[in-house]
Amino acid sequence: MTMTDTDTVPAATATDPRRVKKGQFRAARGLLAPAVLFLVLLTQIPFLVTIGFSLVKWNLLYPQDRGFTGLDNYATALTSGALGPSILATVLITALSVILSVLFGLLFALLLDRPFRGRALARTLMITPFLVMPAAAALIWKYSMFDTNIGILNWVSRSLHLPVLAWSTDHPLLTVVTVLTWQFTPFMMLILLAGLQGQDKGILEAAQVDGAGTWRTFTWITLPHLRMYVEIGVLLGAVIILQVFDPIAILTKGTGGTKTLAYLLYERAFIGLDVGEAAAYGVVTVILTIIVATVALRTLFKVFMAGGSR
Amino acid sequence: MTTRTKNTLATTATWILVLIFFFPVFWMFLNGFKPESIASSAHPRLIFTPTLDGFRAAFDRGMQGYLINSLNASLWATLIAIVLAIPAAYALSIRRVKNVEGALTFFISTRFMPLAAVVLPLFMILKTLGLLDNIYVLAIIYAGVNLPVAVWMMRSFFLEVPFEIIEAARVDGAGLAREIFRIALPLVLPGVASAALITFIFSWNEYFLASLLTSSAARTTPPFLGSFVDGRGQFLAVLSAASTIAALPVIIAGWIAQKQLVRGLSMGAIK
Repeated sequence: MTMTDTDTVPAATATDPRRVKKGQFRAARGLLAPAVLFLVLLTQIPFLVTIGFSLVKWNLLYPQDRGFTGLDNYATALTSGALGPSILATVLITALSVILSVLFGLLFALLLDRPFRGRALARTLMITPFLVMPAAAALIWKYSMFDTNIGILNWVSRSLHLPVLAWSTDHPLLTVVTVLTWQFTPFMMLILLAGLQGQDKGILEAAQVDGAGTWRTFTWITLPHLRMYVEIGVLLGAVIILQVFDPIAILTKGTGGTKTLAYLLYERAFIGLDVGEAAAYGVVTVILTIIVATVALRTLFKVFMAGGSR
Repeated sequence: MTTRTKNTLATTATWILVLIFFFPVFWMFLNGFKPESIASSAHPRLIFTPTLDGFRAAFDRGMQGYLINSLNASLWATLIAIVLAIPAAYALSIRRVKNVEGALTFFISTRFMPLAAVVLPLFMILKTLGLLDNIYVLAIIYAGVNLPVAVWMMRSFFLEVPFEIIEAARVDGAGLAREIFRIALPLVLPGVASAALITFIFSWNEYFLASLLTSSAARTTPPFLGSFVDGRGQFLAVLSAASTIAALPVIIAGWIAQKQLVRGLSMGAIK
């Protein structure tokens, strides 16, 4: 693309093509530089400092006792028994929430892809959970849905003579996953709906004419077509949910196997005041995210290089 | 079963599922208008005499201050992100730098960087400089968090600008500034709207950084809501009212700009 761009610069302005090209690159770099600098200052440098912190013994409660400790913080993180469960919690919450919201998202996308009365309204109502401020969503679920006394879920259970559940204490993981799934289903639905609506109608009609039933058309044509959209949804959703903090802080405070890495770091740094150990958790979080994000990036580039998706 | 009955069944099922899904939002809205004793009762009631007591109580807790802070942080973050994203996206689409893919990777990798990994140094630096609890500092950080997405999105819009138009402008001797702001930018205004919407939504809703980097003067709405967790007694009506006010701006913005939302969420990948 770059080559064709320069090639099409008319001769009138391009007395010496190479000079024009060079000047263009310089101008382009000038356009890019402010954004890059801004991000280096705000994220790259702080991250390097975090790595530095993770190699230092530094508890704010004992400011005198401070110095280089090498990998001691990582050793503490590994042996304190907090890291393993935390990685497990992060992975479990992310995986369950993403899988469930993709499944529900697919269901709603299929339902809303059919023409029916009030479809626009249904779609508008459906995207709302994603727009609700996550802190508000977690609180509303905690008190008006899950609560043992005033929660709707338990009112339903009582009405059906089923046992009352203390959701956030008896099933903390399920509680967090439920709220996240509720919030991210619209996200997945929107992406999958765009995929469904980008299907070639001619192919679908041809399949019908050839006598392929609804189910076979779905599994043989629609699902393969949706694959790329599912990938985008899963990866973008996973990267966001990996960092999740709000529902944990509000619903469970990290109890019962829901202490994600973000929450663990918060606890060590801002309650335990152990900067060094918290920084080590920060670095571990980045490593975990890189693993997920590398896959995500590859997919995104594939989609973009395929000329977007239409 | 005839096709028509099938259709009616599917439509009915769709509506039932959609309404179940929407119910928590509806219930939040409704509870905000209930007297506290009815909202916090074990027997849910649909019929009641509406009152604004819940909303009054929310503002009695100083909610307007938190809302103004949220608005400040979100608007400034959006402005900064857009101003930086437009030229950067231009350099990745129309007037290209050499290594476009490398730059794109750089941007997106900072977006994928967990906030947890950078919050400690930011906290320490801001504390040393006496800049904790400052709403403009929070806005700058939010701009940084959302800049990568804004760049990716703006780029996907710039890529759709027909090159002949840019070419014609260059032939006419338009300078770089004119080329970007007078020729290309007016063609990608939906993209600007898209990027602004996403930045605004994420900034308005952000809880983690807000709760750690602000305490009182610059406290935003999400941590204010979070403080209800430690509440005693009955507070579901005031909580619902406060949540409704807090969520409404983004809900309305998202409803109006549904198309931009899809493209923004997928960072421009889905049109």
